[in-house]
Amino acid sequence: MTRYIIRRLLITIPVLFGVILLVFVIGRLLPGDPCRILLGERASDAICADFNHRFGFDRPVIEQFTTYLGNLSHGDLGSSFRTSRPVATLLIERLPMTLELSIYALLFATTVGILLGIVSAYKRNSAVDVLTMAGANLGVSIPVFVLGLLLASLFALVLKGTPFALPPSGRLTPGLSIVPLAVRWGMENDHGPLRAIVDFVSNMYSINGLLSAQWNVFLDAIRHLILPAVALGTIPLAIIARITRSSLVDVLGLDYIRTARAKGLGDRSVVRKHALPNAMLPLVTIIGLQIGGLLSGAVLTETIFVLPGVGLATYDAITSHDFAVIQGFTLVIAVGFLFINLIVDLSYAYLDPRVRPA
Amino acid sequence: MTTAAAPTQLGIDVAGARRPASLWRDTFSNVFRQRNARVGLTILAVLVLAAVFADVLSPYDPDKTLLGTEKRLTPPCIHVLGCAADKPEHPFGLDANGRDEFSRVLHGARISLQVGFITVGFAIVLGMLLGLVAGYAGGWTETLIMRVMDVLLVFPALLLAIAIVAALGPGLINAQLAIGIVAIPVYARVMRASVLSVRENDFVTASRALGETAFGLIFRRILPNALTPIIVAGTLGIAGAVLDIAALSFLGLGAQPPLAEWGSMIGQDRNYVFTAPHLIWFPGFALALTVFGFNLLGDGLRDALDPRLNR
Repeated sequence: MTRYIIRRLLITIPVLFGVILLVFVIGRLLPGDPCRILLGERASDAICADFNHRFGFDRPVIEQFTTYLGNLSHGDLGSSFRTSRPVATLLIERLPMTLELSIYALLFATTVGILLGIVSAYKRNSAVDVLTMAGANLGVSIPVFVLGLLLASLFALVLKGTPFALPPSGRLTPGLSIVPLAVRWGMENDHGPLRAIVDFVSNMYSINGLLSAQWNVFLDAIRHLILPAVALGTIPLAIIARITRSSLVDVLGLDYIRTARAKGLGDRSVVRKHALPNAMLPLVTIIGLQIGGLLSGAVLTETIFVLPGVGLATYDAITSHDFAVIQGFTLVIAVGFLFINLIVDLSYAYLDPRVRPA
Repeated sequence: MTTAAAPTQLGIDVAGARRPASLWRDTFSNVFRQRNARVGLTILAVLVLAAVFADVLSPYDPDKTLLGTEKRLTPPCIHVLGCAADKPEHPFGLDANGRDEFSRVLHGARISLQVGFITVGFAIVLGMLLGLVAGYAGGWTETLIMRVMDVLLVFPALLLAIAIVAALGPGLINAQLAIGIVAIPVYARVMRASVLSVRENDFVTASRALGETAFGLIFRRILPNALTPIIVAGTLGIAGAVLDIAALSFLGLGAQPPLAEWGSMIGQDRNYVFTAPHLIWFPGFALALTVFGFNLLGDGLRDALDPRLNR
């Protein structure tokens, strides 16, 4: 097992380097003079020389890359071309929102997806199964942004005035404000890493509301997250339901399940105690893979529901040609995704001895 | 899916010895026995017809604004369904610029289908070449190619595409290029895996013994036998490509207005979702239907072509 972990870690290093190199190369693809693209055609030569010097465009490419690597090694992702603010700061401010949304979307997708998959496999070829699988097929086909807009118009317009109405945009109802945890816990004068973590968690409004017992804030934050989480979670839900079904169907056909039935165990107990644990294995990988999709789907979801996370920051960066922000975001997400895959692979090896080479 | 068991038995049998030449015909009838594939093919046939005859079927020029004679954002008006006869007929209503939405959605079918096929075609050609070379050559070439593919796979597809288009500049061509590049690793991996498994077959050894060149081995022996998984992955890939390009266009990175592309239409009109929802419903439905069609066909093809998955 140790050898497997070491080998898997060693494979990750060149891939990580490749990811950084690719993000860097994409950054140099900007056709023409980056200064004129960002500051406009009429920027004077002096302004452009200053701009190019400030962002290092006037140096040899190799040197630019080594500087980039050096900066990355101490967490410097560069600065926004527009506002000159560090990209890392922007990401830390915006990431909690995106993480919060992704967590709820993933929760929705896995719980509902696995349940539907189990029911489908258990009642294979019944009307429930056919309907669920047709629904799953439809679910993977609806674009996130179309579903988001449809949900918004359904719950904010059609159901307006009923108890089912849900807000179509923003994080909190206007007028409601949230007290940062650092203020509440008297940590305003702290500036260490603990404060940074507290601030990060504090920016996840629902968790903040929960931790500080501001129930109205908690409920309001959750209500604002329902529609975005459903829109974002539907595609993963459909995929998870399909994989659960096919995996469980496979396992239910195996000999040890027949043995379990022959022992006289009831259907429910066979499925729950014998089939499910093994059928869940492929799901570990699939759920890990969905996280990448969630993060890129967040760009679309946050744009539609006006949620100020990294996705919306990316959208704003796209419209204002602020490439440094897009580059930083892409890199952080790719590296995060790389490590999630690493964890998935390792946990898979832990859960399934067959994968683990001696 | 229970119906699939019998045809597969037949397929293996036929491909084995008696009528080897009819493999493709057999595959075809296998595909038609899949309910998913039949529904998918029907949907796609309708869409292809709509795309081909878009000029004939659409009542107006998709780019012509009818302002002056009619009001913008007019909701759908269909005479048979009770719309007053003195109003001009617009099955899907008018958009924010006073253009006929029905004509635009029809023309959108043309763009989305073209874009899907071209993008995936590009990815398949490059991916297959890389996969073939990697699988056949082995050694350092293989390691290098496959590691580069691994790097590409680390990125969430849409996000990498966003970064590439943001760098290259927005536009439909650049969006297709980005989505195409991002899709290459899928086909390279599938191709390499097929090459590795086909390569070990006796018939390949036999041809090599008979003096077949490396080129002939690859293109006459290995490639045809590795095609089925590529076809399945490609069909599902078109669904993904259509979705992703629409998403890029929605974000303003793909097709540019006034081009009647579904994603871009929804992106342009998304602020009218509460006042003129027909501008979201119709292109959104068309988009979902297209993706649904390719997904169903891809699933059906997989069930028909891959006997191991039959259940």
